[in-house]
Amino acid sequence: MIGWAHHLIIAPILVPLVVAALLLFFDERQRVAKAMISLASTLILVAVSLALLRVESGPNDFDGVYLLGNWAAPFGIVLVLDALSALMLLLTALLSVAALVFSLARWHAVGAHFHTMFQLLLVGLNGAFLTGDLFNLFVFFEVMLAASYGLLLHGSGPLRVKAGMHYIAVNLAAALLFLIGVSLIYGTAGTLNMADLAARIPDIEPDRRMLMEAGAGVLGIAFLIKAGMWPLCFWLPTAYSAASAPVAGIFAIMSKLGIYVILRLTMLLFGDGPSAGFGSDVLLYGGIATIIFGTIGVLASQALGRLAGFSVLVSSGTLLMVLGINDGAISSGALLYLVSSTLTISAFFMLIELVERGQDAGAIVLAVTMEAYGDADEDEPEEGDGVTMPGTMAILGICFAACGILLSGLPPLSGFIAKFAMLSAMMGTGAIGVPPTAAVWVLVSLVILSGIAALISMTRAGIRTFWSSLEGTVPRVLVIEIVPVMFLLFLTLALTVQAGPAMQYMDTTIRSLSNPRIYIDAVRNAAAVPDYDGVSSTEAGAK
Amino acid sequence: MELVLSTAIGVMTGCGVWLILRPRTYQVIVGLSLLSYAVNLFIFGVGGVKTNVPPILVDGVPTSVLADPVPQALVLTAIVIGFATTALFLVVLLASRGLTGTDHVDGRNEPK
Repeated sequence: MIGWAHHLIIAPILVPLVVAALLLFFDERQRVAKAMISLASTLILVAVSLALLRVESGPNDFDGVYLLGNWAAPFGIVLVLDALSALMLLLTALLSVAALVFSLARWHAVGAHFHTMFQLLLVGLNGAFLTGDLFNLFVFFEVMLAASYGLLLHGSGPLRVKAGMHYIAVNLAAALLFLIGVSLIYGTAGTLNMADLAARIPDIEPDRRMLMEAGAGVLGIAFLIKAGMWPLCFWLPTAYSAASAPVAGIFAIMSKLGIYVILRLTMLLFGDGPSAGFGSDVLLYGGIATIIFGTIGVLASQALGRLAGFSVLVSSGTLLMVLGINDGAISSGALLYLVSSTLTISAFFMLIELVERGQDAGAIVLAVTMEAYGDADEDEPEEGDGVTMPGTMAILGICFAACGILLSGLPPLSGFIAKFAMLSAMMGTGAIGVPPTAAVWVLVSLVILSGIAALISMTRAGIRTFWSSLEGTVPRVLVIEIVPVMFLLFLTLALTVQAGPAMQYMDTTIRSLSNPRIYIDAVRNAAAVPDYDGVSSTEAGAK
Repeated sequence: MELVLSTAIGVMTGCGVWLILRPRTYQVIVGLSLLSYAVNLFIFGVGGVKTNVPPILVDGVPTSVLADPVPQALVLTAIVIGFATTALFLVVLLASRGLTGTDHVDGRNEPK
């Protein structure tokens, strides 16, 4: 075991936590200092998550189990780094850099403690990706949610407060469901450690099994609310489109957190044994319903913000559907789709703000939205200082087109490759001569139709915005605002060029997930670090 | 004892669900508080309902007369988190009330 690399596992939680606390000591007027510290923290996170990804996928067998407080599982809480969590950590870090740089142009100055809340959001996200304990997951979820409440309200205004209120109410109710689920599982299985739980599930007596499955179901609902499965998703488009642009950009990963937990828990707990396949029907049909609802929403959206919000739903629905099918090859395509769509949607949320900045407030599109969803907020931040970007409309147009291509899954960008990987696995290209069943055709056509809907909607919005805008005003866009958008789009391009290695990584990830014994044994066999006198604290406790 | 506890949880959950479906923000927050009390009692209950039993291991005392300390620890965390988020929600309600002049959850007086 490599000493320093092992301690790196806790860095994605500690770094933003310490920075968040540190930032509180700075006055709001010391904006530059705050921004620099916050930016440094996110850059460190990128470096750390890259290092973790490297050692995790490296040739030598890396032990990714970190015992907090040096108590062996299941007595102490563990952090577990595996291929999936390393991937999500890197994705979060990259998004956070982009969103933070974007916010530096103006948004970070419109309210108090933006950077602190941003860092706390990262603590919650990273912690939730790393933890190997259900109740600890709840705590990190709440840290993330508490920070997200503040961030959603950042910038204030009636629209945000209204959306924020609905968002908080829904998530408080979801947190209660989370607690009910966790306590039911504890009551029946007697453990909260995920690996220990997975090992104990086959031994639960039949009369208690039903109660355990009920607990898992209630727990699942809490994550499905976060992921936005229909009919638990009505809060999502409103909340995401009301959030300020950089906040919406980082929120794009939050709905994927719900997907991540569902993927992790279903593969771990219900991979095989007597409870195998529990809930997969719900995921499959729920995912289908979500795709349909999201597609209709995408087609119906007049405002770009809501279009992006419904795109989140389409992306969630596709992922949930694939999780419901639970087939190795399709799932690895879906992981690529998860990465690609998160990058796209995050870039799109930030781009929207830049595009809409040039539009006249009285434009028809906005008027319709305002009538339906309340007044526009009057508290737009003042113009920031900095270098204005030349050729604004051309660059914005190119970025917009790239987002459209990615959302609809057209070649040549990564949206296409990800969808292709999923669809070809669904059609079963491996077995020539076996025609796909009718059910497969339904799923395939749903994925394709949702792409067409995105294409239609994006084309319409693009024509309205770029070709037939009522006023000829060109928005004033700063370089540090467009660079993050281009950075995220560049990442999707890199994902396209490096699709081979990326797919390989996803394949390995899914393979290790579908063999829960690896995870269980790693956690159970993780030995506590010996004390100075050579006796580990657990052994000492046993004496 | 079990009957009283489960009745209390059930009544509070019922009241809480009814209240969070009401249109006034004040009712929603009271509903959420009631629900969180119910959930806290529920967590407490999954450890098994016992009276006069300490959650401490003592030499020579069988574990059957031992209260499970984990749900107690969980409920403590849940109370703290629930308390904090409720306080935060209250602030948002006040902001909404100040901005819209009404305590309707959608910020309007008359339902459309």
